[in-house]
Amino acid sequence: MKLPIKIMRGGFLAAVAAFTLAGAAVAEYPERPVTLIVPWGAGGGTDATGRIIGNLLQEELGQPVNVVNRTGGSGVVGHSAIATAEPDGYTIGVVTVEIGMMHWAGLTDLTWEDYTPIALYNSDASGVNVRANSEWNTLEDVFAAVAANPGAHKGSGAGQGSIWHLALAGMLSGQGLAPNSVPWVPSKGGAPALQELVAGGVDIVTSSVVEASGLISAGRVKTLGVMSSQRLAAFPDVPTLVEANGPDWQMSAWRGIAGPAGLPDDVATKLSSAMEKVYNSVEFIDAMNDRGFGLNYLPSAKFSEWMQQSDAAMGIVMNAVGLAK
Amino acid sequence: MVDPFFVALELVFQPYVLLVIVCSGAFGLLVGSIPGLTATMATALLVPVTFFMDPIPAIAAIVTTVATAIFAGDIPGALLRIPGTPASAAYCDEAFAMTRKGQASKALGVGLVCSVIGGLLGSAVLMAATSTLADFAFKFSSFEYFWLACLGLSCAVIVSTGSVIKGFASLLVGLFISTIGIDLMSGHPRFTFGSIELLGGVSFIPAMIGMFAISEILRFVATADHVRPQIPHQRVTSVFEGVGRVLSKYRWNLLRGSSLGALIGVLPGAGADIAAWVAYAVSKRTSKEKEKFGDGHAEGLVDASAANNAGLSGAWVPALVFGIPGDSVTAIAIGVLYMKGMNPGPMIFLENPQILNSVFIIFFVANLVLLPLGYLAIRLSTQMLKIPARMLMPAILLFCLVGSFAITNSVYGVIIMLVMGVLAFAMEENGFPIAPTILGIVLGGMLEEMFLSSMIKSDGNFLEFFSRPIAASLGVLTIAVWVYPIMTSLKGNITSQNRP
Repeated sequence: MKLPIKIMRGGFLAAVAAFTLAGAAVAEYPERPVTLIVPWGAGGGTDATGRIIGNLLQEELGQPVNVVNRTGGSGVVGHSAIATAEPDGYTIGVVTVEIGMMHWAGLTDLTWEDYTPIALYNSDASGVNVRANSEWNTLEDVFAAVAANPGAHKGSGAGQGSIWHLALAGMLSGQGLAPNSVPWVPSKGGAPALQELVAGGVDIVTSSVVEASGLISAGRVKTLGVMSSQRLAAFPDVPTLVEANGPDWQMSAWRGIAGPAGLPDDVATKLSSAMEKVYNSVEFIDAMNDRGFGLNYLPSAKFSEWMQQSDAAMGIVMNAVGLAK
Repeated sequence: MVDPFFVALELVFQPYVLLVIVCSGAFGLLVGSIPGLTATMATALLVPVTFFMDPIPAIAAIVTTVATAIFAGDIPGALLRIPGTPASAAYCDEAFAMTRKGQASKALGVGLVCSVIGGLLGSAVLMAATSTLADFAFKFSSFEYFWLACLGLSCAVIVSTGSVIKGFASLLVGLFISTIGIDLMSGHPRFTFGSIELLGGVSFIPAMIGMFAISEILRFVATADHVRPQIPHQRVTSVFEGVGRVLSKYRWNLLRGSSLGALIGVLPGAGADIAAWVAYAVSKRTSKEKEKFGDGHAEGLVDASAANNAGLSGAWVPALVFGIPGDSVTAIAIGVLYMKGMNPGPMIFLENPQILNSVFIIFFVANLVLLPLGYLAIRLSTQMLKIPARMLMPAILLFCLVGSFAITNSVYGVIIMLVMGVLAFAMEENGFPIAPTILGIVLGGMLEEMFLSSMIKSDGNFLEFFSRPIAASLGVLTIAVWVYPIMTSLKGNITSQNRP
């Protein structure tokens, strides 16, 4: 209980130091607490990573960073709150892969262009999970079973039109199968979908491999492939789709920090360099590795390109599988 | 080799860990007893602090905070009719009715002791049967959850006082409200009228605060001074006075509530909330004094508060054994465990059996600590009733505003609260009970989701709802609960018609 006080005191001292350095001239950003909006609920992956960053960013900026969950509407509510905030750097947020999907689905007009990108910090590839006692032992078994009996095997992982739904549909269509040959059973997220998988309710769950790690080590679930170009460091035994003789198909969920469009240059620069320090800190790397979150860093300009590409790719897939409006 | 249980005892019974438990207990009581602030919020606030702790004190902090915050949620529920959690909404009216009869201390005393006993029994059950219970939890697919939601909703009509038809209508209002927002199945917005905030649906906590507390304030304002029901002067002699008599009279209720709580609590997602409602409904259904329910009768409180706290520890089973969080609190706890390099999963039994044992021991200690801390909290908070209502009401309104704002972090929460308050006022003035509406909002989403995903899985075949053993049993039970009252009332009609 002592340490946080020490940190607060440290933050206070840093703030005083910053103030003194700036002298009597215009006070330098940030001179009051910063709000970090998380568009998903407390306890989830975005919340966990957001809180790690909030804590570390606080030390870098010398001001408290308050993490605020603005949930609901499949991420629309929180993403809108970030985009429509005053562009003064006192409200920033975690932007997730859904920003390139929601507008294709007709839920909002928001796109990556409504944000000032600060940094990408994470991406997690989707795994293809089946029950451990399933007769399928390779991805080829799965495809063969689906081709022989389209519609009989059900898939799940998250909501309708979610990133994990696209992951499955895109993989099937890459394999030359109809995207709906594995009907999607929407769920609230990876955890309830995995519960359904183990209970025998569905047959395939596409979700990040990390979410399934507890059940994998329990011998309840096996992962037959991962939708990335390379194997994951944390799960070296799981082949990529290509290695498993599947389609050349990659899909991952990503998370980054962004502010509303039109953030002043000095504020954006300050936040970007603070994020770079946070990303390279031992605390951040350890925390992310401990929970099995994938590390992936891109600075501001590259992050902008990344969002643009992700947006275009999602549009193509969502149109192809009939999820775009 | 030393038994992991004793290692765990040694890990927990250290001055530092015990200090953490007492501090977190006080923190949990404080946060929980502020209307509108929840156990989840208390846990989230703790996360940065636990970063710097060893695993055992970190878990101790979370477990104790949650256990005490859940009980503390009953305090504003009983005194001011502002329930702290969906679970305590089940028996909020009953406890408030006792306060009106001048028995606030008794209501809270019974709630406290039952919470403690329920918590202890729940932990004991878990300790004895962790893996069996975890396996049981993993037999539940959407078919079983569908029937469970149906059973939960049936409770609404049993629990509600007065006309069954009006109770049913009130339930439908709740179910309607639960359809607002983005539909999970199709991704379509429903009843949102283009509003971004409504896409997220009607947040449950502000709705609950509005329906209970705001309607109460409106009623206070709407009635003339001389006809206002006065909350009688409370005798603050002893919190535990008369509690012993209640407990010995209802000892079987205590046992039944605790077992129900432990059993239903292990199901991820549904857990403690449904447990409290079901326990309360069972209590009313089987009681010899049904007519006293809703009028400040302690019997239902015994069942429901015990179930509430027994279910709490249940949520940790799927979390620890499979890494599947049962609620947002355990989701946060799983995060903390990962940070400490202890990945939840069955390997935790082999690699860190002392951790599992420590969690259970901490549950015991936390529940024991709750007794003196809760006693203090009750003594302090019942003083509040001495404040004249005309000064208390504005303060309650202020707390409601702050609490609702805190849930959504926007004015949207406040608007929901006010709208629901007006709705509840209109409903109650016309004899419609509001508890079924609350339950409808809580379970409506789950009911629809489970029904639709079951239909997708079974390709539209209804019989699949009875094709799995647990689902079939739950289904038959649900239908029996529905048919039984109709049968008895038909039988009653026939006999009365046959009478000369």
